[in-house]
Amino acid sequence: MAERVLMKGNEAIAEAAIRAGCRHYFGYPITPQTEIAAYMAKKMPKIGGVFLQAESEIASINMVYGAAATGTRVMTSSSSPGISLKSEGLSYIAGSDVPALVVNVQRGGPGLGGIQPSQSDYFQATKGGGHGDYRMIVLAPASVQEMASLTIKGFNLADKYLMTSMILADGTIGQMMEPISFEDAEIENYEKPWALTGTEGKRKHNIVNSLYLKPDELEKKNFERYERYKIVEENEPMWEEYMMEDAEICVVAFGIASRVAKNAIVAARAEGIKVGLIRPITLWPFPVKPLKAAADQVKSFISVELNMGQMIEDVRLATECKRPVTLCNRSGGMIPSPEQVLDAIRNAQKGE
Amino acid sequence: MAVVFEKPKALTDTPLHYCPGCPHGIIHRLVAQAIDDLGIEGKTIGVAPVGCAVMAYDYFACDMIEAAHGRAPATATGIKRCKPDNIVFTYQGDGDLASIGMAETVHAAARNENITIIFVNNAIYGMTGGQMAPTSLPGQVTQTSPYGRDVNHCGWPIKVCEMLSTLEGPEYIARVAVNNVKNVNQARKAIKKAFENQINGKGFSLVEVVSACPTNWGMTPQKALEWVESDMLPYYPIGVYKDRSAEKEAAK
Repeated sequence: MAERVLMKGNEAIAEAAIRAGCRHYFGYPITPQTEIAAYMAKKMPKIGGVFLQAESEIASINMVYGAAATGTRVMTSSSSPGISLKSEGLSYIAGSDVPALVVNVQRGGPGLGGIQPSQSDYFQATKGGGHGDYRMIVLAPASVQEMASLTIKGFNLADKYLMTSMILADGTIGQMMEPISFEDAEIENYEKPWALTGTEGKRKHNIVNSLYLKPDELEKKNFERYERYKIVEENEPMWEEYMMEDAEICVVAFGIASRVAKNAIVAARAEGIKVGLIRPITLWPFPVKPLKAAADQVKSFISVELNMGQMIEDVRLATECKRPVTLCNRSGGMIPSPEQVLDAIRNAQKGE
Repeated sequence: MAVVFEKPKALTDTPLHYCPGCPHGIIHRLVAQAIDDLGIEGKTIGVAPVGCAVMAYDYFACDMIEAAHGRAPATATGIKRCKPDNIVFTYQGDGDLASIGMAETVHAAARNENITIIFVNNAIYGMTGGQMAPTSLPGQVTQTSPYGRDVNHCGWPIKVCEMLSTLEGPEYIARVAVNNVKNVNQARKAIKKAFENQINGKGFSLVEVVSACPTNWGMTPQKALEWVESDMLPYYPIGVYKDRSAEKEAAK
C-alpha cells in the first residue's frame, strides 16, 4: 500500500499535479488557495520545472494559454474573484481547443465577497464564466484525497478531450488536513500534432486560434466541439451514491456540503428515515443518469449547497421535475450544520 | 537573370487583407526578412494580437497563435517558458500593447522575458474603424475624439519606449519608422537585432515601429507618410532608448 501522508488540500493538488507530470505553473496570489502557489514556488525550481508569479490573474491564464498551445501540461489556480478575471482566457482556451487544468478554491461572493468557503461559483464553472459556446470539465473533490486524485484525472481528461478541466473546490477542503496516499499517478499520453513546437521546416505551420470570421466556419467549429462534449457527457460523469438502495428521500450535495449531508443522513437513518445521498463528483458533465433513476424511486430531493441555490437547477433538470426539490443552504462563507440538514430531511419526510 | 527582390520565405502566399497604403505589409516583410536572415523560421513561434494584424497567423509561415486582446506578451511568456529553445515574437498594435495590454507589456519587460516584441504605433484603432488610441496625438481627430484629443479630458499619449527604458529589466528598446526608404532600412536592422538578442539569450527586446493609417486618418497614403514625419516623429522620436549590451560595452 502506498505511504500515507498528512497534507493540506491545496498542497495535495500541487503535489498531485507534479506527479501528473505538470512542470509549468503560472499564478497570482489569492486567499484561500495560495498554498498551491507556495508549494509550486518551492518545488518547481528543484525539479526542472517553472513556477512563475504573473502580474495578474489575466496574465497568468494567458501564460497558461500559450504554454498549453505548445502541448505542455500546465496549470493555474485561483479563487473566485480571480477566476472571474481568468474567464476571458478560459474562453480563448476553449475556443482554441487546447488542454489546461485550472483550480478554483472557492470563497464567498459576489464582488470581493469574503475569504470563507463557498460553492457560489457553480454557475460560473458549469455554465461558462467566459463568453461563447463552451464547456469545461468540472471536478468537485470532497476530501483531500480527492483533491489529489481528481487533479491527476483532470490533467488526463483535459488532454483527452482538448479542453479545460476545472477543479472546483472550496476553502474548507483547500485548508483542511487529512491523511492521503499517492497511488502511482496514471499519466495518459496523447499525441499533440497541433502543438506549437516550431515547424523545423518539416511541416506546414500550426495555428492555434479561436477566430473564425466566416460564420459558417465558426458554426462548424462549434458543432464539432459539441460533438466532443457529447462524448464527455456520455463517458465521463462521476458520482457517489450513499445509502441510496432503499432511500425515499435523496439528498444531492457536492464537495464539503456532501460531508455535512452524510452526517445528517446517518442521524436521520437513526430516526428511521430512509434517506440517501447522490454526490456529483463531476459537476459538468452532470450525473444525470443516477438522478433520473432516483426520481422513480424517491419521493423528494434536497439540494444542499453553500450558495443561494445553483446546482438545484441541474437537479430539477436531471429529474425532469418529477419530484419536488427543496434547497437547504448557507451562503457568504457559512456552512450548514448537520442539524440544519437533518431538519431539512425531517421536513421532507413530513412532506413539507 | 539576377533576382534583386523576392518575397521572404517566412511569409506565406496568403494575400494580405490590409488597406491600400497601409505599412503593415512593409513591417510584416521586415519581420519575415529578419527570420529568413537568421534562418530561424523552423523554430519560431509568433503571437498575433487583436487589432488590424489579428490575422497575422495566416501570413507568417512559422507556427502561430492568436492571443487575446493585449495579452500577447503573457501568451508569449507561457510559450517561451515551455520552449526556451524556440524563438518567440509578438506583433502588436498600439491599442493592444499600450492600452489594454499595458500591464502585460510592462511586466514582460520587467522580467526581461527573452522574447521579441514588434509594436506597431499608428496612433489609432484601425480594425474597429478609427477610434482614439493611447498613442493618438494631442488634438488628433478620431471617431471617439471628434473634436480632437483633449489632453485635459482624456490625458496624454503614452511614449512606450521612453517609459519602458526606465525599467532595469529590458535588454533593448528602440523606435523606428517606415515612412521612407532610409527609415525602412534602419527599421530592418533594429528588428533583426531584436531577434538576435533573443537568440543570444539577452532578453526582452521591443521595437516600436511608427506607422501610418491612411484609411482612418482620412489621408492619401502619401499624405499619411508626410504626417508621420511632420506630426508623429516629433512626439515619438526615432532612436535606441535602451541597449544594455551596447551600454555595457561602452562602459568597458
